[in-house]
Amino acid sequence: MATAVAGVKGFLKEVVDATPGGERIVHCLQCGSCGGSCPNGPDMDYTPRAIFAMISAGEREKVLRSNTMWCCVSCYFCTSRCPQEIPITDIMYSLKRISIAEGKATNTDAPALARTFTDLLDKYGRSFELGLASRYYLLNKPFAMLKMGPMGLSMFTRGRMALLPTKIKRVDQLQAIIKKARELGDAS
Amino acid sequence: MKYAYYPGCSLECNSAAYDVSVRAVADLLGIKLIELDDWNCCGATEYFSQDELTACSVIARNLALVDPQLDQLVAPCAACYLNLKKTDKLMADHKEMGGKINEALAAGGLNYQPGRVQVRHFLDVIFEDLGETAVRDKVVRPLSGLRIAPYYGCQVVRPITSGDNPEYPTRMDELFTWLGAEVVDYPVKAHCCGGHMTQISEGQAFELIRRLLQSAVEYKADTILCMCPMCQLNLDAYQRSVNGHFNLNFQMPILFFTQLVGLAFGIEPKKLGFGKEIVSSKGMLEKLAKQPAGA
Repeated sequence: MATAVAGVKGFLKEVVDATPGGERIVHCLQCGSCGGSCPNGPDMDYTPRAIFAMISAGEREKVLRSNTMWCCVSCYFCTSRCPQEIPITDIMYSLKRISIAEGKATNTDAPALARTFTDLLDKYGRSFELGLASRYYLLNKPFAMLKMGPMGLSMFTRGRMALLPTKIKRVDQLQAIIKKARELGDAS
Repeated sequence: MKYAYYPGCSLECNSAAYDVSVRAVADLLGIKLIELDDWNCCGATEYFSQDELTACSVIARNLALVDPQLDQLVAPCAACYLNLKKTDKLMADHKEMGGKINEALAAGGLNYQPGRVQVRHFLDVIFEDLGETAVRDKVVRPLSGLRIAPYYGCQVVRPITSGDNPEYPTRMDELFTWLGAEVVDYPVKAHCCGGHMTQISEGQAFELIRRLLQSAVEYKADTILCMCPMCQLNLDAYQRSVNGHFNLNFQMPILFFTQLVGLAFGIEPKKLGFGKEIVSSKGMLEKLAKQPAGA
């Protein structure tokens, strides 16, 4: 998305352009409300405050290889509390996208989960938990799958786990929309 | 009162108790929910992590499918609710992005004008469109003696609030006061359950779940009430794992708020999806049964 903010260039411009409302990032006061509000802040390599300074400083590689955005679970406390109205959670999404696109997210299983989830969505139009869990765990953490057994069984016996996916009627319509959106995204 | 209804994938199966209790409560309150025909998954947080334009286009298909006769869409799941609301707002605030989303929708013969559909959470429909008198009128089995911990989680109250406080929401608290329950005012009611972290980094997720359960226990809650399927799943289905991880022994029933609203309205537990929870709610139901009705 084209955004014209004076003096914004390099990695900072890249992040601003990738985020609707991202131009607010230049107003960061370095107050640290974001990291202090984050339930996973203590586990982050760099808190959002530090990440914003690093983005401005052009530390592209360090930012994209950090675990910061992968600690974000979209609780939006930082966004809601930021005195400068920076869409912090959305910037974390942008960093996830750039990091995935360049294969730099090597320290987390999150991209694999996301990919498996959306592949199933693209195919059926609905999410399919059993398919998601079996594919994701088998490919990424087979040993963890054993631990999931008792829970899966509890879910199943209570009728909370479907064995087959549900497919929407006009999945072709959804797929046409997805295909067009991808083309438009690639073109910009 | 007629609304389009978007159940979302979780309510189809893993949170069927939420779906049946929403429908039963709506029916009793005279709220007509018309399920959106052929709706698709909202993509949760997973699509936004990969491709924003596709994420929004997938979500916008649902907005475009809303019957032209209806202008409100009810979504009980927090992630669906936020995704639908966020996409509508994004299309309104960022015209260029909105144009591209409509270009994608056009490939499926659809179009959506931002602002046409108002996305609502079911709690807000009860709170705003019905309100205290209409709710109190329907109470036949007050929840007196029951200590409930309202759990709001994140995405209904943040970042786009419908009027409740994003830090200290109170709408569910008020609703349950109308129903006669003792509402527990505990400090973590709008904190995070860990979302999909239970799948990615369980140590991180378990600590967040532990904090919620611990706080509810300290405040002597009989049950935690959720308004999001992910929150319910994390707190209920992973409770045993959290106990194992920290060597604790939580036995906290985790229900959907609509299940308890239904009880207060005199609807049979079976019709509200009771029994689908993994941590049993029998003790809580027995405690309620021991209370003199109307006390």
